[in-house]
Amino acid sequence: MPSYEDLKQTADERWRELAAGDSAWVRVGAAMCGHSAGALEVLAAVRSELESRGLDARVDEVGCLGICYAEPLVDILAPGAAGRLFFHNVAPEDVPRIIESYLVDGRVPERGVLGWLGDEPPAGVPNLADIPGIAAQRRIALRNAGNTAPSDIHQYIANGGYAGIHKAISEMEPDDVIAEVRNSGLRGRGGAAFPTGIKWSFMSRGGGTKYMLCNCEEGDPGAYNDKGILESDPHTLLEGLMIGGYATRATNGIVFIRHGHDGPIDRTEEAIRQAYEAGVLGENVLGTDFSFDIEVALTGESYVAGEETALMEAIEGKRSQPRYRPPFPAAYGVWGFPSTINNVKTYSYTPQIISRGADWFKSVGTESSAGTAIICLNGNVRYPGLYEVPMGLTLGEVVNDIGGGVPDGKKLKLLQTGGPLGGVLSAESMSIRLDFDEMRAAGAILGSGGIIVGDEDVCAVDLTRVLVAFCQFESCGKCFPCRLGMEHLLEVTERIARCESKPGDLDLMRSVGATMEASSLCGHGQLGFGPIRSALNHFEEDFAAHIEERRCPTGSCLGPHIVPKNTRPYAHDFQPGAQNG
Amino acid sequence: MPDITPEQRERLLRAINNQRRPTVTVLSSLLAAQDELGYVPDEAIEEVAALNETTINEVWGVASFYTNFRFTPPGAHNVEICWGPTCHLMGASHILRRVMDRLGLEDEGETADGGISFKFNTCLGACSVAPVMSVDHHLVGRLTPESAERRVMEIGG
Repeated sequence: MPSYEDLKQTADERWRELAAGDSAWVRVGAAMCGHSAGALEVLAAVRSELESRGLDARVDEVGCLGICYAEPLVDILAPGAAGRLFFHNVAPEDVPRIIESYLVDGRVPERGVLGWLGDEPPAGVPNLADIPGIAAQRRIALRNAGNTAPSDIHQYIANGGYAGIHKAISEMEPDDVIAEVRNSGLRGRGGAAFPTGIKWSFMSRGGGTKYMLCNCEEGDPGAYNDKGILESDPHTLLEGLMIGGYATRATNGIVFIRHGHDGPIDRTEEAIRQAYEAGVLGENVLGTDFSFDIEVALTGESYVAGEETALMEAIEGKRSQPRYRPPFPAAYGVWGFPSTINNVKTYSYTPQIISRGADWFKSVGTESSAGTAIICLNGNVRYPGLYEVPMGLTLGEVVNDIGGGVPDGKKLKLLQTGGPLGGVLSAESMSIRLDFDEMRAAGAILGSGGIIVGDEDVCAVDLTRVLVAFCQFESCGKCFPCRLGMEHLLEVTERIARCESKPGDLDLMRSVGATMEASSLCGHGQLGFGPIRSALNHFEEDFAAHIEERRCPTGSCLGPHIVPKNTRPYAHDFQPGAQNG
Repeated sequence: MPDITPEQRERLLRAINNQRRPTVTVLSSLLAAQDELGYVPDEAIEEVAALNETTINEVWGVASFYTNFRFTPPGAHNVEICWGPTCHLMGASHILRRVMDRLGLEDEGETADGGISFKFNTCLGACSVAPVMSVDHHLVGRLTPESAERRVMEIGG
């Protein structure tokens, strides 16, 4: 069994070879944003160009640097260079020119250069760190994303990886780890913002099988930060899960991912395989008494599968419908064993919290929300991306400074935050800070970190009906306040959007919403009226135009309106028992 | 519904009996069956029930719940288009209209020649390059109605 020191030494040697060796190192951003922008084609072009020229270079698929708007992103560390030269929005046909110019002729190409990361930038090349989307970031969970290859455990270890779990198991008692996490002020990043250390302390203290679960269901449309971490740096999640496992004396970890998200699934499974092989996972981790296993479990498509008890049902292979509580998961979780569940982002902070200490983590962010927010900035904004920024930044700084504001000279109208069950905020909310409590007080939530920006052409009624359609489509059907309530809300929202509302419709929705809030089994129904309530609070005039003047001010409600007709369970063509014969 | 061929049955049994993840459940077996055959035929329901020592009704209950399962053979190609809020703001409804018209569809389903299966997706996870679709599980972002239609035509739509 190699010791941590042995592993570190091997990893450091390999890293030196990569970062200061005789051959070039080409990195291609290949997270989901990169893939969608064409990174695979670019990657193939890079490989074939290097081969046809007989150039000796290492090519790695890396994760997301945050500036998704610049994808596909390619960077080259030339032999002997003190920094990496970045190219943005690369197309396969650009690749031969880039490689010929920079790697053969040693000349910075004229077109397509984004910037330089490192010392001694060549003349005329801007410093990458000056780009707002890079400068404003304070990357803790995503510290390696875009820099190291997710498929190479050595690159992770060389950059301080597995030092946190090593420190925990060799120097700390499990309760010390919980205390450190509690003192760091870390709060859950899945949406509820519950203090993580306190949650860990709830775990049953008895021996035997206990589970540490990681939630990467991430069904929130508009959020991709969990998948981003798994794609960009899966080892940081594994290490965090192990730290949680050690702290709670758990024996097993499960990473729960939605089927179909192949990038995150493949990279996590590859990372698990490597971690076992290196001896940082499995029996007697790094030669200590601590043993821990991790596996991946997949769910089918279901938004509610992200609810903690529904997730346990899905792991057990059943319909992902929430359980009644009590008993709570910490006493009776998956397969009936004590279980603790956290979000990917939450776990991914803990390696650095253990390595660098609670006080260091607490020094980032605000009084009540320590650390960073991992924001998925989307919609009508110039520079959409995945930005990890300190808590306490204002929404205005996020949207205007990092995001570059609304393009095409249009005015900002609204922000939709925290996933479909979150809320909308108006352009007047730009001074609100990224802080769990401040956002909540404003009637929105930070939630999973998605921020969708809408410009002046967006109709609040139209956006609301899409959010309500989503919540209705995804209601699991177990409790009827949610199942029938969402149907009802959708029906009324639809007729308001069509300018065919009936008198008293708004009151009807409020009454249905109040019933759902009071009597639904899980957050899906309890929060299901949220999108409508916040839209009514901030954009009542949009609703009034549809209801009183029978018109949609922006016209967007009149465009094509296409949403899935199948709801769960399939009502129209499913015949129970038809398969029994 | 046509019975599956002996060759398909063999593939089905191999897929559900040799799952690579350690925890085998009704759901994991159904996913393995669909990954192998592209859909969940009646025989798969029966075999999954037998493997997991449960009832056919129990397995149907799970299979009918998750919206990714399908019970008829898929087309040769598949197209999924995101209708989530980000893609919606960025113009997904116009893309849906254009592509569905091209495919001659009013809802999810197969084209008349059976060549393409079309499905809605609630979020493909690449909102920063919205609007997004996936063509044979390959993500394509920054779509316009024209570029989306072109991609669909490339696979025979």
